[in-house]
Amino acid sequence: MSTTNYIGKPTSRVDGPAKVTGAATYAAEFQVPNLAYGWVVSSAIAKGRITKVHSEEVLAIPGVLEVFSHENVPSLAWFDRNYKDDVAPGGSPFRPLHEDKIQFNQQPIALVVAETLELARYASSVLRIDYEEEKHETDIEAKRDEGFEPGNGKSGWMPPPPPRGNPDKAWEEAEHRLEHEYVHGAQHHNPMEMFGATVEWRGDKKLTVYDKTQGVVNVQNYLTKIFGLSKDDCRVINHYMGGGFGSGLRPQYSVFLAVLASLELKRSVRVTLTRQQMFSFGHRPHTLQYVKLGTNPDGTLAALQHHALHETSQFEEYTENVVNWSGMLYQCENVKLGYQLAKLDVFTPQDMRAPGAATGSFALEVAMDEMAAAAGIDPIDFRIRNYAEEDQNAGKPFSSKRLRDCYHQGAAKFGWDQRNPQPRSMRKGNRLVGYGMAGGVWDATQKKAAAKATLTADGQLLVSSATADIGTGTYTIMTQIAAETLGLPLEAVTFKLGDTDMPEAPVQGGSWTAASVGSAVKSVCEAIGEKLLKLAQKMEGSPLKGASPDEVEFVNGQIRLRQDPDNAVVIRDVLQASGETKLETDSSATPNMLKQGTHSMHSHNAVFVEVEVDEEFGTVHVTRVLNAVAAGRILNPKTARSQVLGSIVWGISMALMEETIMDHQFGRYMNHNYSEYHIPVQADIHDIEVLFVEEEDDVVNPLGVKGVGEIGLLGVAAAITNAVYHATGKRVRDLPIYLDKLL
Amino acid sequence: MNPFTYSSATAVEDAVRDNASHEGAAYIGGGTNLLDLMKENVARPTHLVGLNKLPLTSIEPTPEGGLRLGALATNADTAWNEEVKRRYPLLNQAILAGASPQLRNMATNGGNLLQRTRCYYFYDTATPCNKREPGSGCGAIGGFNRIHAILGASEQCIATHPSDMCIALAALAATVRVSGPRGERTIPFEDFHRLPGTTPERDNNLEPGELITGLDLPAKGFEKNFSYLKLRDRNSYAFALVSVAAALELDGDTIKDARLALGGVAHKPWRDQEAENLLKGQPATPETFARAAAKVVESAVGQGSNNFKIELARRAIVRALKQAAEGSQHASDVFLNSNP
Ligand SMILES: Cc1cc2nc3c(=O)[nH]c(=O)nc-3n(C[C@H](O)[C@H](O)[C@H](O)COP(=O)(O)OP(=O)(O)OC[C@H]3O[C@@H](n4cnc5c(N)ncnc54)[C@H](O)[C@@H]3O)c2cc1C
Ligand code: SF4
Repeated sequence: MSTTNYIGKPTSRVDGPAKVTGAATYAAEFQVPNLAYGWVVSSAIAKGRITKVHSEEVLAIPGVLEVFSHENVPSLAWFDRNYKDDVAPGGSPFRPLHEDKIQFNQQPIALVVAETLELARYASSVLRIDYEEEKHETDIEAKRDEGFEPGNGKSGWMPPPPPRGNPDKAWEEAEHRLEHEYVHGAQHHNPMEMFGATVEWRGDKKLTVYDKTQGVVNVQNYLTKIFGLSKDDCRVINHYMGGGFGSGLRPQYSVFLAVLASLELKRSVRVTLTRQQMFSFGHRPHTLQYVKLGTNPDGTLAALQHHALHETSQFEEYTENVVNWSGMLYQCENVKLGYQLAKLDVFTPQDMRAPGAATGSFALEVAMDEMAAAAGIDPIDFRIRNYAEEDQNAGKPFSSKRLRDCYHQGAAKFGWDQRNPQPRSMRKGNRLVGYGMAGGVWDATQKKAAAKATLTADGQLLVSSATADIGTGTYTIMTQIAAETLGLPLEAVTFKLGDTDMPEAPVQGGSWTAASVGSAVKSVCEAIGEKLLKLAQKMEGSPLKGASPDEVEFVNGQIRLRQDPDNAVVIRDVLQASGETKLETDSSATPNMLKQGTHSMHSHNAVFVEVEVDEEFGTVHVTRVLNAVAAGRILNPKTARSQVLGSIVWGISMALMEETIMDHQFGRYMNHNYSEYHIPVQADIHDIEVLFVEEEDDVVNPLGVKGVGEIGLLGVAAAITNAVYHATGKRVRDLPIYLDKLL
Repeated sequence: MNPFTYSSATAVEDAVRDNASHEGAAYIGGGTNLLDLMKENVARPTHLVGLNKLPLTSIEPTPEGGLRLGALATNADTAWNEEVKRRYPLLNQAILAGASPQLRNMATNGGNLLQRTRCYYFYDTATPCNKREPGSGCGAIGGFNRIHAILGASEQCIATHPSDMCIALAALAATVRVSGPRGERTIPFEDFHRLPGTTPERDNNLEPGELITGLDLPAKGFEKNFSYLKLRDRNSYAFALVSVAAALELDGDTIKDARLALGGVAHKPWRDQEAENLLKGQPATPETFARAAAKVVESAVGQGSNNFKIELARRAIVRALKQAAEGSQHASDVFLNSNP
């Protein structure tokens, strides 16, 4: 038995103690000397022009240092491309304080900088701004007929595949047919930690930027391009994040404004946003979807059509994959998928956990449930009858896919056989009980990433990469991978992240960190291992002489022969014998395109839900959820489970509570606070179970992982909607299912 | 938030005097509402008179056989007070249905009465609001008004009073004790809060500078047959869409005395004595409850997004009366509470 096998073992967060004791420092908490404070002034209108910023009145207040607005902002980079961050969609990125034009409500229009936070806040509250208002349009209903197909969107976006078969005719001729519209409103990420940046002025245009972000490299690229800084003079750091969910993929205006003020005032500046201002930028877009399904008499799908229309801003074409999944989740020869955007006077939407798929799987999986009911087939049977053995969008086999096992194992564990198929047939006391299920599919992606490792003579290993841990458990799984690869105890390994001085890694998103950075960490540790082996073989009387790297293993602090484990050397002795104080190396991992190009790589899940509905009041209680997830190899069942738990809670939120409400009279979101933007509280969450159906997959990446950050959210809202139908006989097609929709 | 000065009073007279001597002063209890309003620039007091050192935190019997709740006792201490739990469980339930444990630990009884509406527009200075800025218009009328009033609203304002505690206090017919520049007085609960009419900026009938010192509960606590039923968008930490405080005194199956008050439906805790009269002397049956419920919502008017509240209120009244008659409400678990 070896003790240094950590992969696949439930392991507590290595960063947990720092977080719960307050030792973890967040972006807006860094103490730097001579700090000035900036407070953002947000537009009170949705569209128009600023005719005057009455800065002089505010500058007269002692302690106010400057009011930045379009009236006095220095000239910065000119071209759009300078403002495009690594994950920007097509179009012209928003430039804070660039011009008098107001393009969305709550647009940042000035930054008041003062000696204290309180003063900056007060001064911003009395800053008078004159506007010239123009008529705005914030309602997607008004733009139903003005949808357009986006040009080249952001990286990772794929236009829907062309139609296959004859979807219109097949639908007309189908035995059972349905067509419905499915809707959800805008949703904001609302991580607990508000956006903020502390910019430390180190003299002579040299900055250290502590920023809340899911990608320090992205922020560094953005800032250096706009402000003409060299990378050496603009170090970006973010060690911890109080939640991201996609909101920190793109650099926020807080960091732009803090850097601007710091460079102008030649001193350190901090800018933090308020909770209200957390509603002033990217969000999951308000989306209208139309699904048409037709089935054959044997319950196979004859036709599948899925069309989506969602909002974007006037200046960027935000895109996400909403409908493509529908062409690959089920086997169907006649498929038509459509995707359009509509421009509104709002800020550009932004990726929010499982972007596109969370939206698309809601519509498709509710429609599938409706069709199963119409055709008189059990919803699980219906899905199995239409099981996709290959990805028909791409015409490629899946690298691995155990969705069928998710259905079977999940159903067994949940007790699906207790379900009476008849709606309104199950009761507990005076409450109606319903069972519903749904599922989804998400990408398994690997991106290029790099890492650095240093092994010191005392046997301590330090590994680093400029990735992020947005709460996902990155610190922990990277520590596990490094420890296991070099056979070191967990305690001897430290993983560091979130600093542009470290080797480059992509933004943390798309569930690709485990695969990408994990592969880099494995690779760099293997490189250290090879160096170690060489040194070990030079040791006097080394039992490893002549052994190739394949013939040895790193276990329990030793390098030993696989065939003859008694022939071993202690790793610490190797370094000491060699006289080296440390071994250090960099390495990067890139996807193996040869292997990956021939396969479609995805994670899948199936969700089972029990609800209880008080029929008189329409109140829905999600009493049980079971989520069966097939996502390759699970590196750490504990942190992976947490990811899926969080997703389920979010799915409950999406189904029953979450919506940012726009008042179109003012073109302004009105419930912009935690009190009125509802997400579940403890009392809303009951039994949740997570089941991992592990897959062996050597195509996706050397670790065989697919990532679990997003897959758990898929199908949850649909399963709840389906369970509510089963309980009440009422089909709700617009989320959230407020109690009034069931009265 | 504007700059302000702060002082802390140790005697009621000092607090009142300090308040009167500063133009634009405000009292502050737990600060759970006032500080939010200040951060949003909705309230801009120039001076705060801190009340937490006033000797008004006790809960004691009154000579009339009732209970006096100090204005500075916290909502949590009030809810969990042994006498409150034993004699006025309706109040215990109502308080526990509100906010969160952290907020209830800070919030004071006086502050709870004076908490302001949760109308989105009231909180957002970029939108018009007659309550915040008289004459500016009402954003909620014709806007998003799912949480707004169905009873007693006016053309100037359709906001609701958000408190849970006050709904129980209305049903229990409490009395508010106040102390002001012109001395002490008491105000029946029914007359404490106002309907919006043409002066929505005024939530209540306190005179400028008046301080709430306590609340008197009458002897009768309806401790056997009561219900506080709260319907909302999540199981805790959300304001009521509709809430009902129902209290009955039964003689066998006959209703001897009844109290019925609603929250989340009007600018003030909505006690309906006509509906109560329809209950008195009647058998405690679903038909009786339905008649009372119909009476309450008879004059209700929806504003668009909140039309559902009329039917919801009707059903909630029937359920609450049923629970009260059965004496079935005992747990503070919200999930159980909405149980039939
Ligand atoms: C997120 C959130 C959710 C909430 N949910 C609920 C809920 O579900 N149900 C519910 O009922 N409440 C809820 N509350 C409101 C909470 O109950 C009130 O904020 C609290 O009761 C106010 O008490 P306080 O002592 O903190 O008042 P403060 O904020 O200190 O004061 C409020 C007002 O009363 C005045 N004042 C205070 N004490 C006195 C006095 N003795 N005499 C005269 N004037 C005085 C102040 O000047 C101020 O105008 C919630 C609050 C928040 C922030
Ligand atoms: S309902 Fe009342 S509080 Fe709300 S906007 Fe209208 S006037 Fe203001």
